[in-house]
Amino acid sequence: MDAETDLETRIGQWRGYLSRRAVLRSDDVEELEGHLRDQIDGLRTRGLSDDEAFLIAVGRVGRIDELSREYAREHSDRLWKQLIGPEQAAAPADRAGFVLALAFAVLAAASVKVPNLFGVGFQTGGDVVLRNVGLLVLPFLAVYFLVRRRATVGTVIAVVVPILVAAVVVNVFPFASNGATELLAALHLPVVLWLVVGIAYSGGRWRDHAARMDFLRFTGEWFVYFVLIALGGGLLAGITTGAFAAIGLSVQGFVAEWLIPCGAAGAVVIAAWLVEVKQSVIENIAPVLTRVFTPMFTALLLALIAAAAIHGSFLDSGRDLLIIFDIVLLVVAALLLYSISARDPQQPVTWFDRLQVLMIAAALVVDVLVLIAILGRIGEYGASANKLATLGVNLVLAVGLAGTGWYQLRFVVRRRPFGPVERWQTAYVPVYLAWAAVVVIVLPPVFGFV
Amino acid sequence: MRIGKDLVAASATPLVLGILADGESYGYAILQRIAALSDGQLDFSDGMLYPLLHRLERLGHVQSAWGRSPEGRARKLYRLTGDGRAALAEQRKQWSVVSDALRNIWQSGPALALGEG
Repeated sequence: MDAETDLETRIGQWRGYLSRRAVLRSDDVEELEGHLRDQIDGLRTRGLSDDEAFLIAVGRVGRIDELSREYAREHSDRLWKQLIGPEQAAAPADRAGFVLALAFAVLAAASVKVPNLFGVGFQTGGDVVLRNVGLLVLPFLAVYFLVRRRATVGTVIAVVVPILVAAVVVNVFPFASNGATELLAALHLPVVLWLVVGIAYSGGRWRDHAARMDFLRFTGEWFVYFVLIALGGGLLAGITTGAFAAIGLSVQGFVAEWLIPCGAAGAVVIAAWLVEVKQSVIENIAPVLTRVFTPMFTALLLALIAAAAIHGSFLDSGRDLLIIFDIVLLVVAALLLYSISARDPQQPVTWFDRLQVLMIAAALVVDVLVLIAILGRIGEYGASANKLATLGVNLVLAVGLAGTGWYQLRFVVRRRPFGPVERWQTAYVPVYLAWAAVVVIVLPPVFGFV
Repeated sequence: MRIGKDLVAASATPLVLGILADGESYGYAILQRIAALSDGQLDFSDGMLYPLLHRLERLGHVQSAWGRSPEGRARKLYRLTGDGRAALAEQRKQWSVVSDALRNIWQSGPALALGEG
């Protein structure tokens, strides 16, 4: 009996060592423990003592380092939680990383004020700042990643050249002030730049499916951190204004011209740093957020469809409505991407996956309604930059949603693996990039920069 | 004789698929079967098998479900899917080409080597 409990203790200890590895999850540990016990039983029937059987069985499973490495090769998505490596306490590296992030955050914050040197403030000459705002901030994030990843020359070129081209295009094009093409370029440029940041983030492995998936995950987590920081920053701005107002000083100018723009620019880099450091913390939030918002947005989409069915032709009633519909569709597409990137591909089908099929179907119906309305407007009033841009976004979304829906349906109904759903997302990313680039570079000259 | 690491790794997938073609099984039993089939000469490390099974599952070649052993322990059972059967057939074709080629070259090999030497 003593020997038996001794064996149990030792198996328990071994299980403890395994559990501490991020790459091994509880069901892996359970599977390995079952294996160890089978092995021990097999050896004992051949006349070995408990001690000998345990040692041989543990030896056969192999060193835990090597075991984790084998698992890591298959389950690289789990290593997302611990990029730094299994058991390394990353204190010194972390501090260096933080100093680097802080330096780039300060640079980004300072860069936002550069237009002021030329007498272009946020209140005056707003449109020059508006179309440059991505260029003032995101290159610092890209360079931060280039430095952190010790990028090769090829990667540096792949990141720097598009940024330079974008900078030249946006500032050399003779945009009519506050014209439609300028606004469209200003809206689409951050998308282009963000995906260029992705090249830097992946350290040049941007053709790789897993690296793209990591970047999609990163994007979702970054957004969550950025919103958290923005909430805190908004509170800070409000209290600052209120406190100084109470003693008779107006600091609104400082808050609007310095605190908010510089703070937001710095937060872009700091949020990225936080994602890298605190991955496992946020990982627990991502599935919760998607589970909360997916039902809500599914309900919203169904309500929109119902409203469209009741009112009939209400899509004719104006472009504001179409813009709102497009915003909803973009949020849904982002939510979908975020849920897919946060999903464990090994997990079996749940109610949530079925709900997603419904959400995709509803989004597709809304998308088709918008497409019909846009085509109708183009037929009636002729093509404009705005209408073409909307048409393009909706087509890009429609194809993306249809692909996702198709693979998701195969996954849910025909019990196919989840892999193709992920692959479709990562394969489709360049389409977003291409379309955003077309809107920035091609549409303005075609429509005479107005 | 010990089989080289690369060869073990290359033969792992068809072996596992082939064993699962005989029916549902689990990690330890698969290893036992590989040892028996190769007279213990194919040294398949335990730690290598499970990630391989997980990969095959991700590819949709096998499906897993938790079951119980006769002693009542939890045990993850793997079963070949339709896709897995197709993959196995494909692997068999490829391997028979390789083994035919090897047999041919080894039958005519010494003569050839002499001729060239």
